[in-house]
Amino acid sequence: MLDARATILDVANLKTVFNTRDGMVHAVNHVSFSLAPGELLGIVGESGSGKSVTMMSLLKLLPMPPAEIEDGDIIFDGRDIRAMSDDELRHVRGGEIGFIFQDPMTSLNPVFTVGFQIMEPLRVHMGLNKKAARIRAAELLELVGIPDAGARLKDYPHQFSGGMRQRVMIAIALACDPKVLIADEPTTALDVTIQAQILELIKELRQKLGMAIIWITHDLGVIAEIADRVAVMYAGQIVEHAEVRELFKNPQHPYTRALLETLPDMSGERATRLRSIEGQPPALSKAPSHCEFAPRCGHAFDRCLKENPQRRDVSPDHDVACWWDVKTGEPANV
Amino acid sequence: MLNYTLRRLMFTIPTLLLISFIIFLILDTAPNDPTGNLPLTIPPEVRAQIRTSLGLDAPMYIRYLLWCKQFFVNEPLNLLYEWFGWCFNTCESRLRVTSWATRSPVVDLIVERMPQTLWVVGMSYVVGILIAVPIGVISAYKQYSWFDQLGTFISMIGFSVPTFFTGVLLIVIFSVMMPNDSWFWLPSIYDTTLKVTDWASFGAQVRQMLMPVMVLALFNAAQISRFMRASMLDNLSQDYVRTARAKGLKEKVVLLVHVLRNSMIPVVTVIALGIPQVFGGAIITEQIFKVNGLGQLLIIGIQGADIPLVQTLTFLFAVLIVIFNLVADILYGLLDPRIRYE
Repeated sequence: MLDARATILDVANLKTVFNTRDGMVHAVNHVSFSLAPGELLGIVGESGSGKSVTMMSLLKLLPMPPAEIEDGDIIFDGRDIRAMSDDELRHVRGGEIGFIFQDPMTSLNPVFTVGFQIMEPLRVHMGLNKKAARIRAAELLELVGIPDAGARLKDYPHQFSGGMRQRVMIAIALACDPKVLIADEPTTALDVTIQAQILELIKELRQKLGMAIIWITHDLGVIAEIADRVAVMYAGQIVEHAEVRELFKNPQHPYTRALLETLPDMSGERATRLRSIEGQPPALSKAPSHCEFAPRCGHAFDRCLKENPQRRDVSPDHDVACWWDVKTGEPANV
Repeated sequence: MLNYTLRRLMFTIPTLLLISFIIFLILDTAPNDPTGNLPLTIPPEVRAQIRTSLGLDAPMYIRYLLWCKQFFVNEPLNLLYEWFGWCFNTCESRLRVTSWATRSPVVDLIVERMPQTLWVVGMSYVVGILIAVPIGVISAYKQYSWFDQLGTFISMIGFSVPTFFTGVLLIVIFSVMMPNDSWFWLPSIYDTTLKVTDWASFGAQVRQMLMPVMVLALFNAAQISRFMRASMLDNLSQDYVRTARAKGLKEKVVLLVHVLRNSMIPVVTVIALGIPQVFGGAIITEQIFKVNGLGQLLIIGIQGADIPLVQTLTFLFAVLIVIFNLVADILYGLLDPRIRYE
C-alpha cells in the first residue's frame, strides 16, 4: 500500500474521535495515506465522511477537547507531528503546511485589513520586518491574480468578492512557501465560473511553486480535473485509493462505483431523476466492526456484516477495502 | 462619517425638545405640591401666594416655555459669562433655572455634586470594566472550567443581589465589626469636604471610596463580564479563528488580537450606552454611603417637589443618553470596518 518512494507526508493509522455529551463519535478510523513532494492527492467523500476532520487532525486544528487523536502516526518531512511541542507545531502550521478553507466569506477576520492578515505568517515564520512583509504580501496578492495588489492590501475582506477572498486565502496559505498545501473544499462555496478560475489558479501555482497538495472535495469532476491520486473516504475510512485515471476507469469499491454512477450523464436521453445512493451514511457512534457501507451495498454478503475489510492491493497503485471482488463477481479471496 | 455625525446631531435637537416637553408634562401631572414640605402652621392663603410667586398659576405651556428660555438661553449665556467673561445685555441679573427648595441655581447645584458622582460612580464603572473584560475573556476561552463556573456564580450574585444589601453588608463588616484602629477599617460615610493635598489625605480618599466603588463595580462587572463572555464565545467558534491558528499564530495572539478585537465591538457599545447611568449617579448606593452625588440630589428634588431641579436633571440625563447613543453608533462604525455610515 505504501511504496518506497519519497514522501513529504506520511499518515498511518490515524484515528480521531470526538467525546461528545451523547457519547463518542468515531470520525476518523485508521486512515493511512502518503503524499509525495509535488503530488496532488484528491480526497473525495460525502459530507460527514471525515475528510475535513482528517486534515484538521494532521495539524491538531480541531478543538481538543472534544476532539482527540487516539492513535496513528503523522510524519511530516521526517518529523513526527504528534510528538511536536506547541512551538514546533506552530512553525509547521502556516510555515510549512498551508491551509485553505471552504468558506472564504467567513475564513478571513472581518476587522483586519487583508494586508495585515497576509503579513502575519510572514512576520511570524519568516521573521520579516513590516516593510519587507508588505512588499512580499503585495507580491503574493499579485501571484494569486488580484489586480492593483499594492493598493488592495489596505482593504478589508468585505471589500472583496467571494472568489477574490479565496484568492487572498490562497495567498495567506502560500505566504511562507509551504511544502504542502491542504485545500479543504476550496471551491465548494464559490459559483461555477469562479470555481474554474480558482482551479486554474491552483494548477498554475502548483507548476510555479511545486508544493504538494491535498485537495478535499465531494466533487468528482474537480478530482478528475486536477488530482494525481485519489482516496475515497466513507464513514471515516479510506475505502479506495488509486491513481486518478485508474480510479475512474476501473473503480473497485461499490461505493466508488455508486458515486461515479450518480454523476449525471451528458450523452443520451435526459434522465427524469438524478441517481442517488440509497440509504443514509452511518452515525459513527461505534468504532467500525463491519463494513460500514454494507447496509447500502448491493453486493453485501454475510462476511460484510461481520468483519471490517482492510485495504488490499488490486494493482500496484490501487487498493480497496472491500470483501467483494468486482472482477470475478464473487467474494474476494482474502 | 462626519456627514453622518452632523446629521445625527441635527436630529437630536427635535428629539431632545420633545423629550424635555414630555418630562415637563409628566412632572406637571404628578400630584406634587412644592409647599407640601412647609410647616402645617402656614395658612392656605400664604401657601397660595407662595405658589403664585413660584409662577405656578400660569398655564402649563407658559411655564414650559419659560423653563426653555431659562435653560436653553439664559444658562448658556451665563456659562459664557462665567467662563470667558463675555457679556450679552445683562450679566448678573439674568434669571436662571432656580431650585425652589434651595433658591440656588440648579446648574450650580449640579456642578457642586458632579465630582462626587464622577469619582465614586465613574470609578466603579472603570473598575467594573477592568475586572469584567479579563473575566469574560478567560471564562469564554476556558468555557465550563472551574474559573468559568466561579465567574458565572459571582456574576449571578453581583447581578441579582441588590446594592443596598451588599452595601450594608460591607458596612457591617468593614465599619462596624472591624476594630476602629485596624488597618482594614473603612469609613461608612463619604466625606465631601476632604481635600486631597498629600499622601495621607489621598489614602483617606481611597479608603472612603473603596466600599461604594466595590459595591457598584461588582454590579457593573457582573453585567459586562457576561456580555464579554457571550461575545467571545460567539467569535471563538468563527472560521477566521481556525484560519488564524492554521497560520501558526500563537494562541495568545489568536485570542487577544483576532478574537478580542471582534468581541469588543458589541461590548464597547454596551459600555458606551452605560455611561449616562454613571452621570445619573447610583441613587441607592449614594444614599447608603452618604455620597452627596447627583443621584442623591435627584431624590431630594423629587421628595421636595422641586420641579425645576427634577426637570433639569432628568433632561440632562436624557441629553447624555441621546449623546452616548450617538457615540455608541460612531464607535461601532470605527471598530467594525464593515459598517460605514453614509
